Amino acid sequence: MKLKENVVLYLRYAAVCTQGIMQYKLSFVLMVFARFMISFCELIAIKFLFSGLTQIRGYTYGEVLLCFSIVQMSFTFAELFGNGFKVFSGMVRRGAFDQMLLRPRSLILQVIGSRFEVGRTGPLLTALVTLVLGIRHSQMKWNLLAVWTIIAMITGGTLLFIGLFMLEASLCFFTIEDTSIMNALTYGAKEHGKYPMDVYGKGVVRFGTYVIPYTLVQYYPLQVLLGKSQHWYLAFCPLGIVVFVILCYGVWRFGVKQYQSCGS
Amino acid sequence: MKKYRSFFTLRFATGMQYRMASVTALTTQLVWGLMECLAYKAVAEAMGGRMPMEYTSIVTYIWLKEALFVLFNTWAADNDLFAMITNGDVAYELCRPVSIYAMWFSRTAGARMAEALMRSIPVLFCAFLMPGACRMTLPVNGVSFLMFLLALFLALGITVSFCMLVYMLSFFTISPQGWRMVLTGAVEFLSGNIIPLPFFPEKYVALIKCTPFAYMQNVPFRIYSGDLGGGEVYRCIAGQFFWLAALILLGRCTWKAAEKRVVIQGG
Repeated sequence: MKLKENVVLYLRYAAVCTQGIMQYKLSFVLMVFARFMISFCELIAIKFLFSGLTQIRGYTYGEVLLCFSIVQMSFTFAELFGNGFKVFSGMVRRGAFDQMLLRPRSLILQVIGSRFEVGRTGPLLTALVTLVLGIRHSQMKWNLLAVWTIIAMITGGTLLFIGLFMLEASLCFFTIEDTSIMNALTYGAKEHGKYPMDVYGKGVVRFGTYVIPYTLVQYYPLQVLLGKSQHWYLAFCPLGIVVFVILCYGVWRFGVKQYQSCGS
Repeated sequence: MKKYRSFFTLRFATGMQYRMASVTALTTQLVWGLMECLAYKAVAEAMGGRMPMEYTSIVTYIWLKEALFVLFNTWAADNDLFAMITNGDVAYELCRPVSIYAMWFSRTAGARMAEALMRSIPVLFCAFLMPGACRMTLPVNGVSFLMFLLALFLALGITVSFCMLVYMLSFFTISPQGWRMVLTGAVEFLSGNIIPLPFFPEKYVALIKCTPFAYMQNVPFRIYSGDLGGGEVYRCIAGQFFWLAALILLGRCTWKAAEKRVVIQGG
């Protein structure tokens, strides 16, 4: 009952936000197109780079495209659903968060629901095109495990980025300083996650395993998907993201408990 | 002596108000630059001798891009000016006995230069201290450094005059942010911000060379790293002069057209 109520409420939020954006149709179309174009340029950049290359650290063009597409898709979904966390500092400053605290509904639902931005979907088209190209150009084998791996990587990646956005929002509770330090972890990961992590060397893989678990949704399951590893269980790495999200949620809860209104 | 010391402390404290913001910006840029260097290292290993650009030149290109990105970032146009056009405050600007084009041009260029000066020093300092393969190099010789500075100023002029055209666009449409995003996205790609232009296939480079975009950051960064040399340097600088003049002319004409149709509503 509670769950159904929340879903209905989220859908209403999404509908209202979308209606609001649709009042400025040209602006909406341009925004979606611009976001699509920017991500498409990155695809072209990879194509240009690979015109003089057959492989980069053992990954072929098709394999890099698969990786790029999955990361791009995860980030786009995360921005679509978790946009509220990204603009959270503004909510605190304007006192919108104080209003939310007064309402007898889930806080997270209100935060992410109130800023659902359908215009963020632009890069999704690029990601889909890239996925198709990647599947065609790489020698990946289709079976149930491959389907699971792709879906798990995208879902896990989305959750990972939402977790990072949540962490960024939680920083607002502890500091009045600029929280854009997290940009390197979110945008940076999206930008540079287009290549499998071991392209950047061992240090980056270690960071992506022990500090922020990027490799769980990128490097390890990718090895199974591309048939580079015989260990089928690596395909289940994305499940580990649940732990990371729970940790982020813990920080968020702790922050909410500490929160004293900023008085606006 | 005491009063000078307190002056110093005062200014220093004011400057330090923004320390966190500059530390964040520095971290982000260092991470970005390092990751790019590492990616190109893998590319260089895979390409071997067929690299269109020396690996060390790419590293220098990347660090210059990170250090000076505020100069050439078309997205970071002056938001006050957009707001002014949208909310009608531009009427005050019209009252001033100065050319709006020249005023906005110098305003944008000045803001960019000040910010670049402040941000580039720590980034460059770190870039020169990076470990082995990711370390930035000194310019090949004194002449090329002077040429780099000249090309840098011209490239800044071209970028700013392009931004001026984007400002002017706001007079003709009610959704300038959308257009701005489309245009800046295109410029970023075509000016070699995503991958340096030498990595583009030749026929596309030939096409881009017919546009102002090839004369923005592409020229100074490649002169510095020695990737552009000899007669090509002078040819590119001539191209920069041409495009600077052309874009300013175009901007002024657009402004003339905008000035005629501008309607300020309300009061």
